[in-house]
Amino acid sequence: MIVVIDYNVGNLTSVIKALRHIGAEVAVTQNPAELAKADRIVLPGVGHFAATRFLEKRGLTSAIRAGIAAGVPFLGICVGLQWLFAGSTEAPGIPGLAVFPECCDRFTSGKKVPHVGWNSLAIRPESRLLAGIRNNSFAYFTHSYRAPVTDVTVAVTDYAEPFAAAVEQNNIMGVQFHPEKSGETGLRVLRNFLEWRPC
Amino acid sequence: MLTKRIIACLDVRDGRVVKGIQFVDIVDAGDPAELAARHAAAGADEIVFLDITATHEGRSALLDSVRRTACQLFVPFTVGGGIRTADEAAAIFDAGADKVTVNSAALAHPELIGEIGAKFGAQAVIVAIDARRVPNRSAAEAEVFVSGGRKATGRSAVEWAQEAESRGAGEILLTSMDADGTRAGFDCDLTAAVSQAVQIPVIASGGAGNAQHFTQVFREGKADAALAASIFHFGIHDVRTLKEELQRDGIPVRLAC
Repeated sequence: MIVVIDYNVGNLTSVIKALRHIGAEVAVTQNPAELAKADRIVLPGVGHFAATRFLEKRGLTSAIRAGIAAGVPFLGICVGLQWLFAGSTEAPGIPGLAVFPECCDRFTSGKKVPHVGWNSLAIRPESRLLAGIRNNSFAYFTHSYRAPVTDVTVAVTDYAEPFAAAVEQNNIMGVQFHPEKSGETGLRVLRNFLEWRPC
Repeated sequence: MLTKRIIACLDVRDGRVVKGIQFVDIVDAGDPAELAARHAAAGADEIVFLDITATHEGRSALLDSVRRTACQLFVPFTVGGGIRTADEAAAIFDAGADKVTVNSAALAHPELIGEIGAKFGAQAVIVAIDARRVPNRSAAEAEVFVSGGRKATGRSAVEWAQEAESRGAGEILLTSMDADGTRAGFDCDLTAAVSQAVQIPVIASGGAGNAQHFTQVFREGKADAALAASIFHFGIHDVRTLKEELQRDGIPVRLAC
């Protein structure tokens, strides 16, 4: 059972639809007890970083932390990726999960913000989440803040400046783009997540 | 590199596509779900479903039609036409839309933009602007019309686009009423005036006739995306052919690997 966390922000319909399309059994919850039973956890997100306050308030943060520690595969999408970092200048004072110590920041390139549309992925070949996806494939993005490129980055996208399009560290994965809206490339990412097993 | 988006528009009445898009091997061009899937397969970066149903009865069938269209679609899917309230928008999101467009209702009640954005995110709200040039005035002074282009508002497209942005719109869908239906090219001056006045992406609409028109609206019109319906019927057969031509012109586009 894949558990999709509903934290009262945005529209979960597309994520759920895409996961079901590739054969996943999906439950949607706001309840930490449900997370304890999850085989896999997805934290979607379109919206403001501040919305992640809900996770702490409802006890979901500690449930996610426990799940990750127990080896449950976790996928954060968009804000869900950013939340894996220490925080974001979009909502100073609201901590992320901080499994990665850096902070997310707004695009400063002078280009239009938000970054909306299909952009290409420079994929690190060792990525398991992006296995089978051709380098420079396109994915659909819509966001104003981005995570920095670090050791855990497995795909880099360029929007006047390079940023992390995907991160991966063991069972912890995140994508800045929307796999549920990125055509076959996106569905392949979700399938890889669904099939992810510990090495 | 961020690519320029090619958006296929379906004009839907009572659950059927009523104009613009036909494929040689489909006798009945009218099923939005089938057409949306075909456009996506041909490389459309987004699908816009514009409901032009006039009747109340037809509108209740809209959600079913949106749901069926969204079902097998894994590219961004936008629905618009007659959305008046945040609750109506919520029902459309629930049926599978990723974004909605608001037009007349947003002009009458601009707070609608923020209301939808607060629940679904700014990226989900596209403000559609129908504009007509004023004789002997600059493109920046083009006037906004509502109610399907029947009613003048006295407001300039540039000024309204800026207000829409400040109220939390995620994108602007700008239709040139002068160019619409002519297939003689987009209004590049109008598009550039609006695109340079806001930070959010601007989708150009109205006037697409050939690939060159798209190149012009991306280069001269500073458009971030371009929308068309009838071009996929008249002249250019599908999105893939169009994108291949744009790539030869040096426009960055997403071509399927």
